Amino acid sequence: MRRDSKVFLLGEDIGRYWGGAFKVTEGLAEEFGDERVRDTPISESAIVGTGVGAAITGMRPVVEIMFGDLTALAMDQIANQAAKIRYMFGGQASCPLVIRTPFGAGVSIASHHSQSLEAWFMHVPGLYVAVPSTPYDAKGLLKAAIRGDDPVFFCEHKLLYPIEGEVPEEEYTVPFGVADVKRKGSDITVVATLYMVHKALNAAEMLEKEGISVEVIDPRTLTPLDRKIIVSSVKKTGRIIVVSEDCKTAGMSAEIAAVVAEEAVDYLDAPIKRVAGQDTPIPFSPPLEQYVIPSEKKIIEAVREVV
Amino acid sequence: MEKQLNSSLTREELAEMYRKMLQIRYFEEKIFELYGQNLVPGTIHLYAGEEAVAVGVCSTLREDDYITSTHRGHGHCIAKGADLKRTMAEILGKKTGYCKGKGGSMHIADFKIGMLGATAVVGAGLPIAVGAGLSVKLRKTDQVVACFFGEGASNQGTFHESINIASAWLLPVIFICENNLYAMGTRQSRVMNIKNIADRAVAYGIPGVTVDGNDALAVYEASQKAVERARSGSGPTLIECKTYRLKGHSRVDPAKYRPKEEVEEWLAKDPIERFKAMLLQTKTFTEAEILRIEREVFTEIEDAVKFAIESPYPAPEEALEDVYA
Repeated sequence: MRRDSKVFLLGEDIGRYWGGAFKVTEGLAEEFGDERVRDTPISESAIVGTGVGAAITGMRPVVEIMFGDLTALAMDQIANQAAKIRYMFGGQASCPLVIRTPFGAGVSIASHHSQSLEAWFMHVPGLYVAVPSTPYDAKGLLKAAIRGDDPVFFCEHKLLYPIEGEVPEEEYTVPFGVADVKRKGSDITVVATLYMVHKALNAAEMLEKEGISVEVIDPRTLTPLDRKIIVSSVKKTGRIIVVSEDCKTAGMSAEIAAVVAEEAVDYLDAPIKRVAGQDTPIPFSPPLEQYVIPSEKKIIEAVREVV
Repeated sequence: MEKQLNSSLTREELAEMYRKMLQIRYFEEKIFELYGQNLVPGTIHLYAGEEAVAVGVCSTLREDDYITSTHRGHGHCIAKGADLKRTMAEILGKKTGYCKGKGGSMHIADFKIGMLGATAVVGAGLPIAVGAGLSVKLRKTDQVVACFFGEGASNQGTFHESINIASAWLLPVIFICENNLYAMGTRQSRVMNIKNIADRAVAYGIPGVTVDGNDALAVYEASQKAVERARSGSGPTLIECKTYRLKGHSRVDPAKYRPKEEVEEWLAKDPIERFKAMLLQTKTFTEAEILRIEREVFTEIEDAVKFAIESPYPAPEEALEDVYA
């Protein structure tokens, strides 16, 4: 925002009175003013649509939808307008819009505040989908998203907000479509995103004590997807597990499994496995909620099954 | 008896308005004809009958002002100054069209003249117009945005969300409701308990005016006022233009749900015939001058058709371009 006056923020309670439901925008209104850090009425469709209109007329809006579940209210503007404007107008217009929203379960806020819906947005050509798991990646990807000329759906997992990590002072961006190997290993590839990266890393740590070497790959963006790193890792390890909090059926884990099946099936020494969310809404009570999302234990069990 | 011309518009401006309305009418008649010859893929939603709305409004705009449009959008494009050849070529699915054949009849755009594109999702253009208005405000220019939509769209949630925001933030948007009485085949009275959409403006604390949408000068006057209000930073206006489609909803619709008497009553209020009669009765133009404009427009449309028909289709693999930057 300091670098480019065209960048501004829109969202419910993101301004000086609240700083965002998860405090992501706290302090920004004080520095950049209420015009550029704009509290909106509770109108998700119009929040995104206003972002679209501003983006196609020269601005670089970053809109926040308070919870990922609420993107359903804005789906037309995201999927039919923002994503398709460049294409259906024959490349005449750019829509440099970033839509940020928190996904994920784990804090007992039940079915309307806990889903992981990244697969919905992977299914919309014209959108990029970012899924950072560390502070470094979050900052680098967000900068790349804001500076790019296409709409970006930027997924944030709410359990990642308190996580600390190294973030350099100097200028950097993280390019889209470049996965990161979060841990090197030789026996099995585990692909995970968002909060699941941390569960996969914990699982890998524990499995190392059993003598199993796990390679953890974080795609960082789902669209575009870095097929190359995933496929080359599978060619090395011969085994893959995809860990994803979203529902298993037609979820993001299905797409990655399909990529491996298409491009590296001859290198597999064991079936592809998926540790994904159950095909249920997210329940409220902690034991119920924990049951339907992937855990370190489920990841370890899956690894033991195939190694 | 000679009538007095009750307008501040110059002779040139009036001629331009007549020309634009005729362009739309001839254009749409031609599309209808080409459709019958299987030259237009898909469907079409003709603007014929509603010309006074697009032309009345766009005549009050500058080239750098914005408009948003709908599935029934050919008229908006032409009124804002779009090239007839490229518009026609797009509707025929040709490479030389505004969108290189990717958009078609329902998605024409010309960003160079502020035509921000037609969206075919009813009511989806309203928030986009609000965003363009916010962009104007943040960039501190004095552009305005005219947002066209039908009375059917006024029942979408986006109508409420968008006008509320535009009003709360005093954005320079003019909401133009083209009330042609029918949302596809559903008559307004069957789904709304009000007669005038403009009455809804009260709910947002903005001016709401209902005008005869088949009277180009009435539309012009209302729009002029709304544009002045928007440009001066005083916020949006809701203008409802009562009008009527000459044809059905789309090409396949014979519009049997419209009573014969109603159709006849509206045909008698044809916006182009009325405008022409006014120009002649006030002796603003002679028959010969009017005829010259009509002949010129006829030729322009013929040229556009020739261009579009002779233009190549895009190569199939061009379907993979323009998804991302």
